[in-house]
Parts: sequence; structure tokens; C-alpha cells
Amino acid sequence: MTTKPRLYYFNGRGRMETIRWLLATAGVEFEEAEYLETREQYEKLLQDGALLFQQVPMVEIDEMKLVQTRAILNYIAGKHNLYGKDIKERALIDMYVEGTMDLNEMIMLYPFSSPEEKEKNFALMIQRATNRYFPVYEKVYGNHGQDFLVGNQLSRADVQVLESILMIEEYEPTVLSEFPLLQAFKARISNLPTIKKFLQPGRMQPHALDIPSL
Amino acid sequence: MSGKPKLTYFNGRGCMESIRWLLAAAGVEFEEEFLETREQYQKLIKDGALLFDQVPLVEIDGMKMVQTRAILRYIAAKYNLYGKDLKERALIDMYVEGTADLMGMIIPFPFTPLKERNLALIIERATTRYFPVYEKVLKQHGQEFLVGNRFSWADVQLLEAILIVEEKEPTVLSKFPVLQAFKARISNIPTIKKFLQPGSQRKPPPDDQYVATVIEVFKKD
Repeated sequence: MTTKPRLYYFNGRGRMETIRWLLATAGVEFEEAEYLETREQYEKLLQDGALLFQQVPMVEIDEMKLVQTRAILNYIAGKHNLYGKDIKERALIDMYVEGTMDLNEMIMLYPFSSPEEKEKNFALMIQRATNRYFPVYEKVYGNHGQDFLVGNQLSRADVQVLESILMIEEYEPTVLSEFPLLQAFKARISNLPTIKKFLQPGRMQPHALDIPSL
Repeated sequence: MSGKPKLTYFNGRGCMESIRWLLAAAGVEFEEEFLETREQYQKLIKDGALLFDQVPLVEIDGMKMVQTRAILRYIAAKYNLYGKDLKERALIDMYVEGTADLMGMIIPFPFTPLKERNLALIIERATTRYFPVYEKVLKQHGQEFLVGNRFSWADVQLLEAILIVEEKEPTVLSKFPVLQAFKARISNIPTIKKFLQPGSQRKPPPDDQYVATVIEVFKKD
């Protein structure tokens, strides 16, 4: 009998959020270890040799202590059939999700902007979403007319694009106004049972992160 | 029949170098087109060749692939350098993400203003965060390769990382005897040995010309 995956991170989205999304989509129940709030907790994890490169996220899963966000995501996606059916589909999925991860990086770092840079960073984040990333996904849908981004089947690409859309919308609610196909995509994917459940209130929804000093 | 992969990037290392290493390690011949002017870049965008308006771009097997990690994973999987199952892949992914983080500190170096460059931090991370991990992995299983007793992407990227850190600090492996042996061993693999020879497609460390070209190509109008 396998135990639930156990997540080690701060009480916030950061780099762990996409992992939570993916586990939830796959219908995998997971636990969160005590949120990292003090230096002592972090030092203990280090001392226990639990963090390969001294960093979180860390996920205990299938007897491994996995670190590195992408390694963790790749494993979960591969294990739960959310990574396409062959290496060419995987290549498409990888391109799409690396795009969302670049965008997410901007979203994640934005609250940490210095006061002088805040306005510029906000504008750049929205511009990248609407000029660089969303048009790509809108076009992919337009081209194949299918329900999912790759291979006519739900994959991590759909989950990660949805996640990015929702996070950008928190900052700019009208961001999808020029993207009708993404609006339909958002409604459709949000309604998948496991995702619908994940989106229900009661989950942490921190907007401005209050992460203790890293 | 597909032709050779074609790489589009600057005539320098940057984010493309790990891809050159991996193709070379796999014994795959490839062609290169070098970005030299803003016009070339704008043409690529207009032609719809760059999914997210970015390079690296690798044309391979009928696809125009972008995003360094997407490209690397495709090559690794195609040429059997990605482990034999999901768990081996997880280990390889962890190890390559570690070396990618380390190399990611070095890639922006030439573009960072002199007084902000922190070489000491890079060396510290290399010797206290990254190299000890690989030293320990190799020591613990005593095998020749990092994962699954078989040559993989993880070995290629570790060697690449070792060599570029050594360029900045030649004694960096002094406390890592197992990595020294690893370095010698992997360097001697025929495809890698060939890539390490002068005249190969391996790129030299960035120089002023490279920096100037990149800035020129990407400058805003």
C-alpha cells in the first residue's frame, strides 16, 4: 500500500503550486508537511539530508525525496498519464509547459518587486501573457479544434495553462477578453471533476505572498 | 527521411550549449545557423518559426522546437539517454536540474555589470551545494555513471558543468576525487572526446563580440 505524497514547502504558492495542481488533477490525495516558517525547521530538513540541493520544493513520493520542481512535475505527469502518449507529444507538452513556467516565474516574483520596479514589472507580466503566451495557446486550439492542447487528451499542458490563466486573471480580470477559445478552454477544464474540486474555496488562495526571508 | 537537426542561435554558448553537448554525446551530427543581426531575428519571428519569440530553436524530426529543456528532453529520450523507467528519469531530472541551476549562474555572467558579478558565490555553490551531491552519488553506488549503471544525459551535463566552472576556477575539483575520475572517464567516451577536440562545434567562452551581438539582436526599437 502506498502512502500519500508529502509536500514540503512554505505556506504559499511559490514553486509548489503547480505540483499541487498536477497531483489534484490526477486525483492523488496528498499531505502537506508542517509549513516552513522558521529557520530551525529548514535547518532540520538540511541536517536530515532531506533536501538534495538544500532547496524546497521537496516531495516525498514512492520512496523518493524528489526535489527540483520540474523533476517532480515530470514524474507525476509521467506516472499519471498526463504527459502524452509518445515522445513527440511529450515534446509539444514540454514546449507549452515551459512557456507557462516562464510566465509563472514572472507572476511569482512580481510581489517581491521593489517599489520603483512594481509598475514596470506588472506591465511586462501582463504584456507577456497577452502578447507572447496566450496567443500561442489560443492558436493551438484554433488550429486543431480539439478540447485539449495535445493529443486530444487531458495533459499537464492543459492544467498548467489553466493555472497560469487564473493567476494572471487575479491581477487583470479582463486578460482573456481577446481570447475566446481560451475562455472556453478555461470553463471546460475548470469543470473537470478533479479540477473543479481543487478550485473550491477552502484551499489556500494567497495573492500577495508573505514568505519569510528565504 | 529527416535531415540533420538544425540549430539556430548565436555563435556562442548561451542556452544552446547544453543541447550541442547532448547531440554530440549521442553521436548526432547537426547543422547550425548563427544569429548575427536584428533583421534575422525579426524574420524568424515573422516567419512564425519561434513559438515564444525566443531562441534556442532546433529543427528536428519535422518540428520547430523551442525551450531548452523541451529540446534536451526530446533528444535524451530519442537517443536513450533518459534512463530506463520513470524512477531513473526522476533521478536524471533532479541531477540535470541541479547542473542547469549551476550553469544558469554562469550564463548571464558576461551580461552582468562587473561590480555585480559574484564569482565567489558561483564557486561556493559549486563546491558546497552541487559537486558534493554528485561526488556522493557516484561514491555510494561505485558505478561509472550517475544513474542506472548506464551513460545518460545526467553524465553529459555534469561534465559540461564541471568544465565551465573549471574555466573560472581551475582547482574547483580539488576536494572531489571521485568527480576527477568521472571527468577523466566521461571525457574519454569517443563521442565526447571528439566534441572536446579543437575544430568541433563546441563553443568557446563568451567574448565581447558575442555579448555585443546578443545585445544588438535583442535590443528594443
